[in-house]
Amino acid sequence: MNRLNDFLLPPAKSTTAAEVDALFNFINLVSIFLLLGITIAMIYFVIKYRRRSEDDVTPLIHHINWLEITWSVIPLLLVLIVFGWGYKGYTDLRTTPDDAYQVRVVANSWFWEFHYENGHVSIDELYVPAERPVELVMRSSDVIHSFYVPDFRVKHDVIPNRYTSVWFEVKEPGESVVFCTEYCGFAHSDMYATVYALEQNEFDDWLAAAGSDLDDLPPAERGQVLVDRYGCTTCHSTDGSTLQGPSFQDNFGQNRELTDGSTVVVDENFIRESILEPSAKIAAGYPDIMQSFAGSLSDEDIDGIIEYIKTLE
Amino acid sequence: MATADTNTPRRLQVQRFRPDDNPKKHYLNEETGLWSWLTTVDHKKIGLMYLGSITLFFLVGGIMALLLRTELLSPAESFVAADTYNQIFTLHGAIMVFFFLVPSVPAALGNFILPLQLGCKDVAFPRLNLLSYYIYVIGAIFTLIAIFTGGVDTGWTFYTPYSSTAAGGNVMMMTFGVFILGFSSILTGLNFIVTIHRMRSPGLGWNRLPLFLWALYATSVIQVLATPVLAITLLLLTMERLLGIGIFDPNIGGDPVLFQHFFWFYSHPAVYIMIVPGFGIVSEIISTFSRKHIFGYWAIALSSLAIAFIGFLVWGHHMFVAGQSSLSNLVFSFLTFLVGIPTGIKIFNWLATLHKGSIDLKTPMLYILAFIFLFTIGGFTGIMVAALSVDIHLHDTYYVVAHFHYVMMGGMVMAFIGGLHYWWPKITGKLYSEVWGRIACTLLFIGFNLTFLPQFIMGSLGMPRRYFNYLEQFQTYHQLSTMGAYTMAIAFVIIAIYLVHSIFKGKNATANPWGSRALEWQVNTLPPLHNFHHTPVIINGPYDYHKPMAEFQLGIAETHNGHGSGEHMEDATSRSAPADS
Repeated sequence: MNRLNDFLLPPAKSTTAAEVDALFNFINLVSIFLLLGITIAMIYFVIKYRRRSEDDVTPLIHHINWLEITWSVIPLLLVLIVFGWGYKGYTDLRTTPDDAYQVRVVANSWFWEFHYENGHVSIDELYVPAERPVELVMRSSDVIHSFYVPDFRVKHDVIPNRYTSVWFEVKEPGESVVFCTEYCGFAHSDMYATVYALEQNEFDDWLAAAGSDLDDLPPAERGQVLVDRYGCTTCHSTDGSTLQGPSFQDNFGQNRELTDGSTVVVDENFIRESILEPSAKIAAGYPDIMQSFAGSLSDEDIDGIIEYIKTLE
Repeated sequence: MATADTNTPRRLQVQRFRPDDNPKKHYLNEETGLWSWLTTVDHKKIGLMYLGSITLFFLVGGIMALLLRTELLSPAESFVAADTYNQIFTLHGAIMVFFFLVPSVPAALGNFILPLQLGCKDVAFPRLNLLSYYIYVIGAIFTLIAIFTGGVDTGWTFYTPYSSTAAGGNVMMMTFGVFILGFSSILTGLNFIVTIHRMRSPGLGWNRLPLFLWALYATSVIQVLATPVLAITLLLLTMERLLGIGIFDPNIGGDPVLFQHFFWFYSHPAVYIMIVPGFGIVSEIISTFSRKHIFGYWAIALSSLAIAFIGFLVWGHHMFVAGQSSLSNLVFSFLTFLVGIPTGIKIFNWLATLHKGSIDLKTPMLYILAFIFLFTIGGFTGIMVAALSVDIHLHDTYYVVAHFHYVMMGGMVMAFIGGLHYWWPKITGKLYSEVWGRIACTLLFIGFNLTFLPQFIMGSLGMPRRYFNYLEQFQTYHQLSTMGAYTMAIAFVIIAIYLVHSIFKGKNATANPWGSRALEWQVNTLPPLHNFHHTPVIINGPYDYHKPMAEFQLGIAETHNGHGSGEHMEDATSRSAPADS
């Protein structure tokens, strides 16, 4: 059974995963048993009762009541078991323990923001304590996304006009992948993140020091790290190719035409405005889809990104 | 038996008319020329025009599927860009669902067969029938315009707020096309309901109605009741996008989840519009090629109605993770399991029909056996995704994609192609190559499983759907799946070749090549323009294989109810013998 699990299911890293897997296996086993029965009966009948002559006479059997009842009632009982089992597992998945550690999640096209209790924001990297329930309170800043961690068997849509939540308890420290599973446009399939489950004390240390790892870097290197970490390169290439937004390469100091027909020079102020208020000026030929990064990028971060863009010439 | 009055037996009123194998005059040559086709009110010709149209759309949708599978041979971009990929999967879904699956069996095969099985000249409203075809064409034109003026990248589900705010391309034109198309579906459904109620020939009671017609009846009820909801939803979407009225977009006070409720209130029943007619075909073929009375006639007939009814109450199972209340999830999960029961009953009854039959593995029968195997897998995996806790994990992964294709392609498309082969001699008057038919069916079966079995595995491993790019760990499964898609493409090409070949070079078919007892086989091949020269009298059921064929060719010659002409009548009477006394 374990072998089969490895083949069919991702590793079960949350405390609730085992129950989901047990039901998955139960349905599979019963289904395969019934499917084999139906298929073998079908093949047996086809061979045994194959047409021997054009004058074959077949018996008239309208129906047999006890058979009809049997093959209605047995499946009914089976699905009732599956229904109850599935609902029980579902209530466990929906009942957040009281002592859960809370992280706020904001889904954007096409990156995940994770907001912690001390105000730190991490992008596309979710740090959580292991062996402790974690609750994610989620909202979307634009369209519907969906937060999915296969290893934890949890998924929930992230919706623009309301908060939704999921909870999980990771059994031991490790990494797992987060997918967006509600189609959200161009870079839907690149909208993944990583969950890092840490021992509680390691997590506390990480949270205390969070964000300060960049302070020692020179501005351009800091910018490079941020551009990568914040997923800017999903839409802005660094090699001149055209994606959803203008490429960062050969960008600084150039004249750029806007959708209203006017032209601006790409300087420090233009980049800063584009990060904090992206809809103010839209480069001609590109869609107005970028989210504001006001509040999640500090002034030093923005300085770093500007310096980095300057190096791409 | 054949006489109505016990005191004065009226022998000559009901006579036996053996159908002609190759009549000089038939529905294809009594009126000719393009104009006669474009203005025809003959249900058979309208059915053929539908058949041509849906074949075209199946080809387009199929080519799109091949493009998708080719791109997915490797992660990241290989030969189409992400935007293009998103448009292609949207159009693949929308075209296959709205322009192929929904009209495939009812509007194409159903149009051709329904009046023949009822013993009437045409459907109740022949002009409405033609109108519904033109509405289909207009809807199709709007959709094609949408494709060539920017395309659509919302997914076939048009979820808001993405479709109402962010999506690029020509969403309005596309939804307008689907909106128009809906009316075609409603008119066809209405026509069929009235025809089945009002135009059954003498003696054709509800207990003798062929199961194909029970299935079409159940389907028509769904079409008439559910399709307007889709129309309303798309209209609301248009109002929001054009006039800025907040209905679904949260930025102007709407609720995006409301759209999902509206959309699935139509689109879940629509899944049954797509599959229930397939059930009907299975019942017809399995009885004919087992040469045995169908087992559990009423169980099969009523389970179609049960599925149609319960199918209206399960839409919420598409939204288990969308934020609806746990109580809603509980109720929708429970009702979804209930749909499984009538579906299972059908499978077991078909199986019991094979028992003690006289089974001939002709091509249509092969397709139906493939149907039973594949559809059963589709059904079991449906139970899997109906279980709440498991669905949390599987929702929006390739597991759901595979499940859907096992039902829609393994189920409906197999049944449709089986039905096409079954009725091909009646439609074209020709026999196709039996050998090539079996080869193509086997190849299709292998290709299908190769395509979609790996998708179950990668889905349960966590591969989300609608992904242009994917993690490398899934590549092997994607490559297997693509190989399967190519195999299916080859099978479809073979089918197209031998079917077209049969039209020009095939052997002429007799009126009843399969020895069926159903009414549509008791008319000439090719059928006359108005179907019956003699009002058929129905004394036996369509599955009464324990009775001799002679008892199935009864008609009223004197009061021919407007069918045929005196000339035909003389022809027939000269060959006919008194039926029974």
